[in-house]
Amino acid sequence: MSKTLFDKVWDAHVVRQIEGGPDVLFIDRHLIHEVTSPVAFLGLKSRGTKVLYPERTFATADHNTPTINQHLPVTDPLSANQLAALESNSNEYGISHWGLGHQKNGIVHVVGPEYGITQPGSTIVCGDSHTSTHGAFGAIAFGIGTSEVEMVLATQCIMQPKAKKMRINVNGKLGLGVTPKDVALFIISKLTTSGATGYFVEYAGDVFENMTMEGRMTVCNLSIEMGARGGMIAPDETTINYVKGREFSPKGEAWEKALAYYKTLKTDEGAVFDKELTFDGASIEPMITYGTNPGMGIGISQDIPDAENVEGGIATYNKSLGYMGFSEGESMIGKKVDYVFVGSCTNGRIEDFRAFASIVKGKRKADGVTVWLVPGSHIVESQIKEEGLLDIFTEAGFTLRQPGCSACLAMNDDKIPAGKYAVSTSNRNFEGRQGPGSRTLLASPLVAAAAAVTGVVTDPRTLIEELV
Amino acid sequence: MAYDKFNVLRSTAVPLPIENIDTDQLIPARFLKATERVGFGDNLFRDWRYNPDNTPKKDFVLNNPVYRGKILVGGKNFGSGSSREHAAWAVYDYGFRCVVSSFFADIFKNNCLNIGVLPVQVSAGFADKIFTTILANPDTELVVDLEAQTISISGTDEKESFDISPYKKHNMLNGFDDIDYLQSIKGEIEEFATKLPF
Ligand code: SF4
Repeated sequence: MSKTLFDKVWDAHVVRQIEGGPDVLFIDRHLIHEVTSPVAFLGLKSRGTKVLYPERTFATADHNTPTINQHLPVTDPLSANQLAALESNSNEYGISHWGLGHQKNGIVHVVGPEYGITQPGSTIVCGDSHTSTHGAFGAIAFGIGTSEVEMVLATQCIMQPKAKKMRINVNGKLGLGVTPKDVALFIISKLTTSGATGYFVEYAGDVFENMTMEGRMTVCNLSIEMGARGGMIAPDETTINYVKGREFSPKGEAWEKALAYYKTLKTDEGAVFDKELTFDGASIEPMITYGTNPGMGIGISQDIPDAENVEGGIATYNKSLGYMGFSEGESMIGKKVDYVFVGSCTNGRIEDFRAFASIVKGKRKADGVTVWLVPGSHIVESQIKEEGLLDIFTEAGFTLRQPGCSACLAMNDDKIPAGKYAVSTSNRNFEGRQGPGSRTLLASPLVAAAAAVTGVVTDPRTLIEELV
Repeated sequence: MAYDKFNVLRSTAVPLPIENIDTDQLIPARFLKATERVGFGDNLFRDWRYNPDNTPKKDFVLNNPVYRGKILVGGKNFGSGSSREHAAWAVYDYGFRCVVSSFFADIFKNNCLNIGVLPVQVSAGFADKIFTTILANPDTELVVDLEAQTISISGTDEKESFDISPYKKHNMLNGFDDIDYLQSIKGEIEEFATKLPF
């Protein structure tokens, strides 16, 4: 029978099917961090259970870490305590631990692919919903709760019903200034934040085929924002070239064997999806959000829609606009911006900083805007320096911070103050996500750069045209 | 960790008819710093419940004593966003044993089932009836019968069935969790691991 990519990877990992219940799914790789793992380890301890395969779990500290002065002790006692717990738990159970200051430390979904932990056709979980990022490699990757973290530590399996399948096709040529982030925000704006709940999404079409691995990671990362369990893209030459030779990638004979497996990882002709959607890539503009969920996004040149044209209750819509301090029918262009955040597992990779640099080069940071540039990992940080991007940033009046999740969830000190507006390349604009009372406008690194040099929401295409 | 058995729950309910309530509202990230599962109920809906100076916001439903009980009724797409199980812990720790909505986000629903909070998905029409009835009379009780898989509004004829997988139902009725099950098939898992083709 014809199978989808998702079927192939899922079915290959089913240890047992339970009548009228979930599948027992074997997990190849498990990523953990300081926030969602401590209680799982407590559970293991109270059960008196060991970690079944410690070599399949990798620990990094990212959610709670400072992004300046990482060489100094962490001052917040609660954060320090979580970091210490991750370290001692990892040591006790024999898990690799890339703590603060470790050369491999960084955001879990950035370092996983960088070191080849992420492999095509594998199953990957982590107690963080943006684990969907790793689907860019044709892996089944999704976020789990702490009970499931404990489950994977103890048994290397989780129990989940198989999701329904959706394929989203985007074809055509993307316009000037339109990045993978815009493609994803566009799709979410069409589907809403619950439009893909219960589904695993496969992205197909030439827009994704022509995307770099980093772009694909951005797209798959945001799958969760339309409610999907995860998203995936069939591995191809681009994928294989990325994976080959990385530290944890298979080597020698194992690589040849892996390669043969990777080549089987595509949806068969005639395989059936529960739902299929197609969009025209040429119709996508640089996007920006105006509300308090990632589905509330529009092309940057559009006006904020009227309540009657928006799915969801009017009360909810008004609450959202009230929180943002916006009104129906207003233009986003020209709105004042107080903060710009470039980073996170959505857009904290080298290509994102290159994009940011392409616009700010030769310009000056606008007065009154605070800009946080936070690389996703030490590798990204070194690339920024080696490629001369840091010089461009410095000349334009920007400074670079150290790797971590930072203002994506504002657990550390990187909080947007109440009432302030932040153009952010991260993934969530929920109320208070970037600090109590913060107001987030999600956008691409290009839109972030345009805001950073003008101090207002600006269509990046106007600045790119200046460059041409 | 194992939890209390769930059978029939009869309780008044707290209505929160807002759509897309995300896990950052259920428990803001700055309260995720604990290394033990204690005290999360105090920060459930923290920023909707309290002003920045920690005084309660009068107009928020959890601060209105006429609404109380072990059942939380939320708007559509409840629990979207982050995978933090802390959101489900906060709901449980506050004293809720059941959340009712016309639609749940996946991970949140799963997390609830794993810790002994029953997510009950009802039709949009039934959710509206619950909201109308409770808002008119906050003393209205809802009856959630897990064995029968029904939810009813007491004092009315309104009743609806809900779905739950037989496996999860069995677990909740008995207070079992998945790890108990997985550990019982450990040999099979280890055997499977040796046969992975990649
Ligand atoms: S950057 Fe944000 S979304 Fe990504 S892992 Fe960190 S907290 Fe989660």
